[in-house]
Amino acid sequence: MAPEIRKRQIARRLALLTLLAVLAAAAFLLLNARGSWDFLLPFRGRKLAALAVVAVAIALSTVVFQTVTQNRILTPAIMGFDALYVLIQTGLVFGLGAGRVSALDARLVFGLELGAMVLFALLLFRWMFGPAARNLHLLMLVGIVLGTLFRSISGFLQRIIDPDSFTVLQDRLFASFNAVDPGLLTLSALIVAGLALVLWRLVPELDVLALGREAAIGLGVPQERLVLGLLVIVTMLVALSTALVGPVTFLGLLVANLAYLLMPTARHAVLLPAAALIALITLIGGQTLLERVLHYDTALAVVVEFAGGLVFILLVIRGVAR
Amino acid sequence: MIEVEGVERRYDGLAVLSEVTLSLPRGGLTAIIGPNGAGKSTLLSVMGRLQKPDAGRVTLEGMDLAQASGRLVARKLALLRQDNHTAARLTVRDLVAFGRYPHSRGNPGPEDHAQVARALAILGLEPLADRFLDQLSGGQRQRAHIAMVLAQDTECILLDEPLNNLDISHAVRIITLVREAAQALGKTVVVVLHDINMAAAHCDRIVVMKGGRILRHGPPAELMQAEFLSAVYETPISVHELAGRLVAVY
Repeated sequence: MAPEIRKRQIARRLALLTLLAVLAAAAFLLLNARGSWDFLLPFRGRKLAALAVVAVAIALSTVVFQTVTQNRILTPAIMGFDALYVLIQTGLVFGLGAGRVSALDARLVFGLELGAMVLFALLLFRWMFGPAARNLHLLMLVGIVLGTLFRSISGFLQRIIDPDSFTVLQDRLFASFNAVDPGLLTLSALIVAGLALVLWRLVPELDVLALGREAAIGLGVPQERLVLGLLVIVTMLVALSTALVGPVTFLGLLVANLAYLLMPTARHAVLLPAAALIALITLIGGQTLLERVLHYDTALAVVVEFAGGLVFILLVIRGVAR
Repeated sequence: MIEVEGVERRYDGLAVLSEVTLSLPRGGLTAIIGPNGAGKSTLLSVMGRLQKPDAGRVTLEGMDLAQASGRLVARKLALLRQDNHTAARLTVRDLVAFGRYPHSRGNPGPEDHAQVARALAILGLEPLADRFLDQLSGGQRQRAHIAMVLAQDTECILLDEPLNNLDISHAVRIITLVREAAQALGKTVVVVLHDINMAAAHCDRIVVMKGGRILRHGPPAELMQAEFLSAVYETPISVHELAGRLVAVY
């Protein structure tokens, strides 16, 4: 195919995705409006903003993680990252006590959690992606085992914690879209926007990294430093999205692979926005469908997890893994 | 140009390179030959800073590779690896354009486009330029990777078995091209080769390795000796003069 045709095709598909995302957002805001707009719009707007922040964070973190780790099956969520976040939350409430955690400034706690998460994740990464670990299946297994371990420890702590603290903890862990702290949302949105900007400036480096470690060194990319920095960004994005809506394991996998499928290119300048738009459409469109059309006020996560899980199994069976 | 000083490299305690010292002057084509497991590719990787030596150091025009900035080195030294599998969905032109990254950082100008076009033309890849890499044969992919190294336009070029997967016509074209680059443009080229006769016919210098050490190095005429080669490869090899060339028969 001639490059001009391909370029036009990519531009058309990006435009279409943008249009769909805007439509989904409009439908989410305006459909089935009963009651006063003065209440509805800010209320739904906050929910929409939370969905958008989560969608962008998950999409970007997954694509970057997959580029850095040179595979299309592993995602931060599959490697047990959000489980780690839940563990840190639980550990914090368990160690400090619910009273003290609640008394602290929400943003301070958030910052602390983020810091702890990045620290832990880097330790984990250094070990997982050290010279010994080149085997994808081993990594996948390690990720699943670690995820289960983190969840089990969290579950254990949650059982022995006193009931008052548990209520506080549950409230923190299952932050639903209806009850997002506006201050936290603004902060998250700002951080995600900042990180997205950093990633956008690193697009040429990401393209080179996708060629593999050795080619990247050969072309003069400061490979080790760059990978470390990118993993910090990925960890922060995962922590942010988990903090807002809790763990969503397969959404990242779903949107990243759809983006690779739809876009006949390896350029991150296309893949990153495409994945983010697909995530926006999936989350916002799905939530609209569930809430407004089907009047089925359940967690969208269930549906996304189902579809994403199927894609995951399909990918494993087809052996896209390298 | 390139100085390798007392380089050692071990995998799990097993020495793959021991006390390798080599000094390559500017310009000229050098072949590294030797049996499997001699450490040829490892030496090339260390010279191309893909692997850090456990001891010793490599300098490029006096710059210590371990300390120099990656971008700066990438403008002076390009490297073709042995196994070039790319997971990414790229066209040949995209891949070759990556050779310009050290110069343009993803923002190519007219000079970069010209270099890419030149590299594509030299390797006869123009008809394939817009094909995806996974639609090519092994030899075509190998040529695309060589084109990327050429597009990088560096003074020093390291090629690990560049003739792999190539038919006779392309193998001769590429070794001739590399020799021209070394002679006419004064580039310093190091190739790992398996074909002794190819090395003897085209290279200015041959480095013979075995067991992680350099046995001998010098001009082909000095090294094309039946006894020596037989010992290196542990196979009876005789050397004859044929059409004005020294040819090893095995």
